[in-house]
Amino acid sequence: MKRRLNEWLVTLPSFVWLVVLFVIPTAIVFAITFKPSDPWGGIGEGWTLQTLISLGNPNYPSIIWRTLYLSVLTTIICMALALPTGYAIARAAPRWRRLLLLLIVIPFWTSFLIRIFAWKVLLHPDGYIKRALVALRLVEEQTMLLYRAEAVLLVMVYTLLPFAILPIFAAAEKFDFRLVEAARDLGASAGRAFRTVFLPGIRRGLMTAVLMVFIPALGSYVIPDLVGGPRSEMVGNKIAQRTFTDRNLPHASALSAALTIVVMAPMLFVLVLQGRRRES
Amino acid sequence: MADFLEFQQVSKQYGRVRAVDGVSVSIRRGEFFSLLGPSGCGKTTLLRMLAGFERPDSGRVLLDGKDITDLPPNKRKVNTIFQNYALFPHLTVRENIAFGLRIAKRPEAEVRAETDRMLSLIQLEDQAHKRPDQISGGQKQRVAIARALINKPDVLLLDEPLAALDLKLRQRMLLELDQIHDQVGITFLYVTHDQDEAMSLSDRIAVMNQGRIEQLGTPTEIYEAPTSSFVAAFIGDTNIFDGTVDATPEADYCRLRIDGFQDVVCYNDKKKKIGDTIHLSVRPEKFRVSTEPPAPDDRLNRVRGRVEEVVYLGSQTKYLIRAHEYRLAITQQHSRFLLDQKLIRWEDDVWISWHADDGYMLDRYSAKDEHMMEMPVVVE
Repeated sequence: MKRRLNEWLVTLPSFVWLVVLFVIPTAIVFAITFKPSDPWGGIGEGWTLQTLISLGNPNYPSIIWRTLYLSVLTTIICMALALPTGYAIARAAPRWRRLLLLLIVIPFWTSFLIRIFAWKVLLHPDGYIKRALVALRLVEEQTMLLYRAEAVLLVMVYTLLPFAILPIFAAAEKFDFRLVEAARDLGASAGRAFRTVFLPGIRRGLMTAVLMVFIPALGSYVIPDLVGGPRSEMVGNKIAQRTFTDRNLPHASALSAALTIVVMAPMLFVLVLQGRRRES
Repeated sequence: MADFLEFQQVSKQYGRVRAVDGVSVSIRRGEFFSLLGPSGCGKTTLLRMLAGFERPDSGRVLLDGKDITDLPPNKRKVNTIFQNYALFPHLTVRENIAFGLRIAKRPEAEVRAETDRMLSLIQLEDQAHKRPDQISGGQKQRVAIARALINKPDVLLLDEPLAALDLKLRQRMLLELDQIHDQVGITFLYVTHDQDEAMSLSDRIAVMNQGRIEQLGTPTEIYEAPTSSFVAAFIGDTNIFDGTVDATPEADYCRLRIDGFQDVVCYNDKKKKIGDTIHLSVRPEKFRVSTEPPAPDDRLNRVRGRVEEVVYLGSQTKYLIRAHEYRLAITQQHSRFLLDQKLIRWEDDVWISWHADDGYMLDRYSAKDEHMMEMPVVVE
């Protein structure tokens, strides 16, 4: 009995934290979805399903599809870049390893916003990248690099890449590379050993990396706002627009709730998958 | 006929360290061959060159007449049992054992049959579904053996396979390894720093030191006829006397002058001449200790000494006996123990004796090798 009380006391702070800062706000967001908006930008009396129905707005499917598409693509590109990078850092000599990790972390010392604005400068019609590409005859003089979905993708990959590299590196560093030697010894080619022994060995790091990239990507709002155009809007932009421009909180809440469900679904899937593995 | 497995003038350098320094060895088909030496002597590097994990800077590695120096590990008919076993943690015991056959894309029925056969060989049928972290060290060891043997390698490499096991288990696995070698009949290359393991298992041993082979021979040759002070001191224990040849009255025996000892007789297989400096190695168990003077004999060296230490070990007793400038490590077996027998005690004056054929003159001597002996021999 006493033991159970102690356990309860120990978990209490994190429990309170989770309830106050996560569960209650999320519940409020879900609840506001079913409230009418009032003409002054507030929340009206009573309950309504009107907002939920208005989610059927023909604009939304393409925006939600674009959000998913850009997020999945960002995740794939980040993983493709982070896997060799994390592997290489883990295999580097300890002296080099520290330097390389520092290089990965350095961008965090600059404000997120400033880094995005830096991309605006780089991609600007008179920017270095544009001029270099024109000089190399890779793009036409009138091609616009900024304000398109590709620019959003590029900056999202740039921003989220460290979040993929770090968990992969952490897992690869703990990985016993003698297992790769053992696989090679038993007849596996280098690629086969990588796939059959190394990847399963760091699967936890891989899952973490996917979540760390995919979830923030889904919720991006600043990046498409600054480097994207009207035809590369994501759900985040719509939520902001409904909140600040249209002053329609229930509508913004409905979009947020939809996004929350989309974010929670893959997490639950991973948790269930890991739980089942532990049982077996 | 060329030998089955050959290292030809193989060298490997790491930075400034010559890990392997011009080693040439030939190993016969079916042989149990050991590379024995202290850590850093180059034995593991040599093994890794055969496995394909290291490429020699110079020299060739030949297996069954074919040059395999530049082949990647997966193209060699060689399998390794790693020091920490390196079992795949995400696979079951069965999947671990089947790994090699799966990689080779053998038909599923054959994989199943072969894996079952291996599981019964190592007697782990009931553990087949477990993961490596759920079985004991000895069981992991056996899984590692099965996983390597299922590929029917030409050579099985064993890298200190028993180092992680406790003493009793090590002794049992030693017997099992010996039996498996007899059963499968393939060539074993065994790397160890443990002289007992090498002695009890091997057909032949190469003793390595600082990237070179110090001596190559059967366990008996290595123990009874060490050619250098390194081998004499590293394998078992010994006593090394320094002196000069005083006389060679007959062809086979010479008389030595050793500090304090007069007229030591020794078998002269090295054909030493008068005035030559010699280093004489006598193993601790070759001495006889007695309270009464032994009967005089032309071939027997007799010296007086005083017992400084007696360590009773059950099957034998270890003595430290001071004789002139030397403190000799001597062991005596208790072949016949009589309760009324007068025991040799601390500070007793005794006679020690050894036969001329039991002293062995070393070809190469280095004073620092004496530090490897259990007890310092020379009294300051």
